[in-house]
Amino acid sequence: MLKVEETQSVEFSTELVNKFAEIVSRYPEGKEKSALLPILHEVQAVNGWLSSVAMDKVAAYLNIAPIEVYEVASFYSMYFLRPQGKFVLEVCRTGPCCLVGAEKIIDYIGEKLGVKEGEVTADGLFSYRGVECLAACGFAPVLQIGPEYTFYENLTTNSVDQLISDLKDKASKS
Amino acid sequence: MGRKLLLEHINVPGINTLEVYRKTGGYRAVEKAIKTMSTDEVVEEVKKSGLRGRGGAGFPTGMKWSFLAKPEGVARYLVCNADESEPGTFKDRYLMTNIPHALIEGMIVSSYALGANTSYIYVRGEMMPQIRILEKAIAEAKAAGFLGKNILGSGYDLELYVQPGGGAYICGEETALLESLEGKRGNPRIKPPFPAIAGLYGCPTVVNNVESIAAVVPIINDGGEEYAKIGIGRSTGTKLISASGNINKPGVYEIELGVSVEDFIYSEEYCGGIANGKRLKAVVAGGSSVPILPANLILNLVNGDKRLMSYESLSEGGFTTGTMLGSGGFVVLDEDQCIVRNTWNFSRFYHHESCGQCSPCREGTGWMEKVLHRLENGHGKMSDMDLLVDVSKKIEGNTICPLGDAAAWPVASAIRHFRDEFEWHVRNPTLAVKENFGLAHYADPLPELVS
Repeated sequence: MLKVEETQSVEFSTELVNKFAEIVSRYPEGKEKSALLPILHEVQAVNGWLSSVAMDKVAAYLNIAPIEVYEVASFYSMYFLRPQGKFVLEVCRTGPCCLVGAEKIIDYIGEKLGVKEGEVTADGLFSYRGVECLAACGFAPVLQIGPEYTFYENLTTNSVDQLISDLKDKASKS
Repeated sequence: MGRKLLLEHINVPGINTLEVYRKTGGYRAVEKAIKTMSTDEVVEEVKKSGLRGRGGAGFPTGMKWSFLAKPEGVARYLVCNADESEPGTFKDRYLMTNIPHALIEGMIVSSYALGANTSYIYVRGEMMPQIRILEKAIAEAKAAGFLGKNILGSGYDLELYVQPGGGAYICGEETALLESLEGKRGNPRIKPPFPAIAGLYGCPTVVNNVESIAAVVPIINDGGEEYAKIGIGRSTGTKLISASGNINKPGVYEIELGVSVEDFIYSEEYCGGIANGKRLKAVVAGGSSVPILPANLILNLVNGDKRLMSYESLSEGGFTTGTMLGSGGFVVLDEDQCIVRNTWNFSRFYHHESCGQCSPCREGTGWMEKVLHRLENGHGKMSDMDLLVDVSKKIEGNTICPLGDAAAWPVASAIRHFRDEFEWHVRNPTLAVKENFGLAHYADPLPELVS
């Protein structure tokens, strides 16, 4: 597992804080808490996951209690409460995808990466997990990769090979 | 070819842009409604159309609108439910990706009808690309004067925002969606009060599915009576069906309600038949929540008539021999598929997605998942089937929201129609792990099965 100090400090860039302000402006006065889910997505897109330090800062920004952030972050499946690989392959594991071979794809990704579901590869690049229906059943099997949540459809073992190799290239160039 | 109202221009290049969308007749409904119709007249047209909620419940949209409370000086909200998460359903994603302006136009007309000056489209968080598409479409509409202050010089103001969810099936339930939009956990609210009285921020609110809102556009353009001429009986208009599973042509199809199920599965216009030359075993006709039916019962009614793709025909026979149109998530299983495994998979989904508020659902979904898992893995007992039915009955109807029912129905119906396949798993524990039960008599003519 990748080692990350839980207590590392988190700084929100000016750009990010401006984005927060734009999000808050979408709701009536006094209803700023509505911005919580979109703001958590923005923070996760920058940091890769939501540390308690980051969540406390979000709470301070929205002027709500930290527990109000934790309870939301822990309820919704998209928020990561521990560090992930740079690329998180989230493969749909629900009925229609399984009818056309999603389980084999999930097993194959595990073998290929050499880690178990939820673990991070030694180079810090990849983790994967099965997720519930992604509303793409007609293009099954599918996986998505955040923070843009790009979809990869009609997966085969070959297309998974290609995808992982492309992502490695992308990482080595950045 | 059936009439297309929503997807007519889907293949026009650039239809995702305002410019091309307008060239195909887009935003006529906004001009017509805002310039020539009163808000009540718009509501009246939707009532006349007979449009029923396309998210799954099938409640008449015009009636839902007419329940909206209108106290003086209190804001009203329209919230679009784009939290499409019902397994087997992917029509809203398809519509938003390809023709985002159909939804934006519908939102403007509907918000006008309801007197809402701020409206939200709550999109499931995983659909980030669709969120970007909608935000771009909103910016285009705003630049063209269809959104913002004083729309088309009418004095009507509307701001439209896209809200991402966080990945929770339960937020497709309208009160859970409102909780989530308020920045909270997606726990459904106890009703009453209904959202029409106290919804978003405690204000009167209407929550409608993406497809329902998009359907308002042709209803206003052509009139509610014209819309009601399409379809059959109380199933008026067209419906987007998400077809998936073991078929030759999975995808989203717009059908005139009333097409026969047989035509839908086997005709080249739609699914194109079962893939790889296999035979049909079963269908989940309206998203994972609705009862699964074996081939003979989905194709025909007990009286021998063909079953049709309509609210009434699909539910003919109640839950004994029928199912539901639901969200239109049409999942086809061929002869190689294992009903026990499929049922276990769906029950794992509901266990995962239960919000945990009500004990029968929180505990029952996990219990059913465990029992189904042991059946599928060769550790089942003959008493397990009755146990599953018992647990499902104790969830059904005993929870705040319909997720409990949605979790119970697939399990109860699988055992109702495929009990011998479950029993085979108990009798053949080693085979159960690696082989499938096959087709049995599920494709036989009906009279032999229905006793």
